[in-house]
Amino acid sequence: MIEATDIRYSYPNKVEALKGVSLTIQDGEFVAIMGQNGAGKSTLVKHFNGLLKPSVGKVRVDGVETTKSSVAALARNVGFVFQNPDHQLFSETVEEEIAFALKNFGFQPDVIEQRVTWALNLLSLTQYRKTSPFLLSGGERKRVALASVLAWDPSTLILDEPTIGQDHEQKEKLRQFIMQMQTQKKTVVIVTHDVEFVAECNPRVVLMKEGKIVADGEGKEILTDPALLELSSIVLPQIAQVFTKLAPLGFPKDVIDLYEAKQIILKAKESKQGR
Amino acid sequence: MAIIETKNLTYTYPGATKPSIVDVSIKVEKGEFVLITGPSGCGKTTLCRCFNGLVPHFYQGELKGEISVSGIDTLKHHTYEMAKHVGLVFQNPENQLFALSIEKDVAFGLENVGVSREEMRKKVDWALNQTGIYDIRERSPHEISGGQQQRVAIASVLAMEPEIIVLDEPTSFLDPLSAEKIFEVIYRLNKEQGITVILVEHRLDLTAKYTDHLIVMDEGKVRFEGDPRQILSSEETRLIGVGIPKATLLYQMLKKEGLNLGDKTPLSSEELADQLLEALSPQ
Repeated sequence: MIEATDIRYSYPNKVEALKGVSLTIQDGEFVAIMGQNGAGKSTLVKHFNGLLKPSVGKVRVDGVETTKSSVAALARNVGFVFQNPDHQLFSETVEEEIAFALKNFGFQPDVIEQRVTWALNLLSLTQYRKTSPFLLSGGERKRVALASVLAWDPSTLILDEPTIGQDHEQKEKLRQFIMQMQTQKKTVVIVTHDVEFVAECNPRVVLMKEGKIVADGEGKEILTDPALLELSSIVLPQIAQVFTKLAPLGFPKDVIDLYEAKQIILKAKESKQGR
Repeated sequence: MAIIETKNLTYTYPGATKPSIVDVSIKVEKGEFVLITGPSGCGKTTLCRCFNGLVPHFYQGELKGEISVSGIDTLKHHTYEMAKHVGLVFQNPENQLFALSIEKDVAFGLENVGVSREEMRKKVDWALNQTGIYDIRERSPHEISGGQQQRVAIASVLAMEPEIIVLDEPTSFLDPLSAEKIFEVIYRLNKEQGITVILVEHRLDLTAKYTDHLIVMDEGKVRFEGDPRQILSSEETRLIGVGIPKATLLYQMLKKEGLNLGDKTPLSSEELADQLLEALSPQ
């Protein structure tokens, strides 16, 4: 469980990025943190594995205050994947990159081999096993960064903009993987601007603006509130955009799912023909 | 004459075992808004690097085939000569920013081509305003967020007013509303000033509506090229992993169920909503 209690954080240049944030994330929850650039999203999640410590307030991870623990100790349970993979990658081959943390955590060589193979396969990277991460495309480097964290199987996963540069198929795989983590009661926190991805996953959404939380609720409810989204510089998912314009037909506005949309429209067509 | 033309372009990075682009033959006319998409690793970025000569002059490796950009054979001319014609916005803005202030970064290209001070001021201010970073122009590009850095990278290319702007996922770090505003600026420059735009994007939900010329790449090859409405309604396009806009998908699903909304495949929520309103409103 992650508990942030009234935290404030100022960067060394005196910019106050968090202005009193309280948030509790239960084990096994899937949370998307959204909001405009500079809202404090990345700053907030960097508190969850102790990379940043609050200037004021407390952050507890599984009951332990982050100021009383090291990043190395927290990392075993809380895996963090950065927005920009180039901030994280440094090894000569993809394989070494993924094995690095496993070695540091003291896993046995046969376990390391097994975990590396599993992570490569999961993220469609097997063919690049012996390739330098720097020869890969932006989207592929992002997957290497993700693989290197998934490999040690942390109980909480924090992903900063995981869908950037990913094609449709990779996003779908990511979605399925997150769902799988959910069945194992693992916690997943993503920071994202990708409204379509959030609409497909329908997680709990925490909306931030200027260092504060402005809304917290079900994805379907928040992503269909135009006023709230505009405040946070987010656009409605495409299906919600369509349904907002269909209001004159008496359609519900809170639709973000493609299949639900299809059913509602087909039903309307039948009742029109029936008349 | 086409502003960009490639014939059987094949390129292999140094040390790579197979080519990143294979037999690419495309033609872009002046003033077009071209969208390039395809699965990650399909060669989109590599192709963009050919347009201003970074491939092969900077990256080395082996380039076969023909390429002409603004009537210039990029194989025979240096990247700095191409810079007057082609502006490239990189995927990762950190790879292109280096000056001590945002303003200086945006002015850098103009300084190099010897523009007068007054004109430089005018062009830099215009580019800063277009991208919404005028107020932060004196800050360092390295202390701002990834999204703001992308605005700086775009501004520094806009300031040069090139004939062709190549943008490689230029707004990936920006929030959706800011991304939309940037796309609107680019679209306006394309329509009003006739600047040719080449945009690389995965997120067709946001961008399909701007294009009249779509290129879908897969495994280094051009798989489809032409009218986006036709290409995005093909089952094959979906199968190679292209993220079809939700409005287009919904239109197709309804069509399969027997609800025909007309022949025009929608590319945006506005287009689909209009079709639905017409089909479902009581007479």
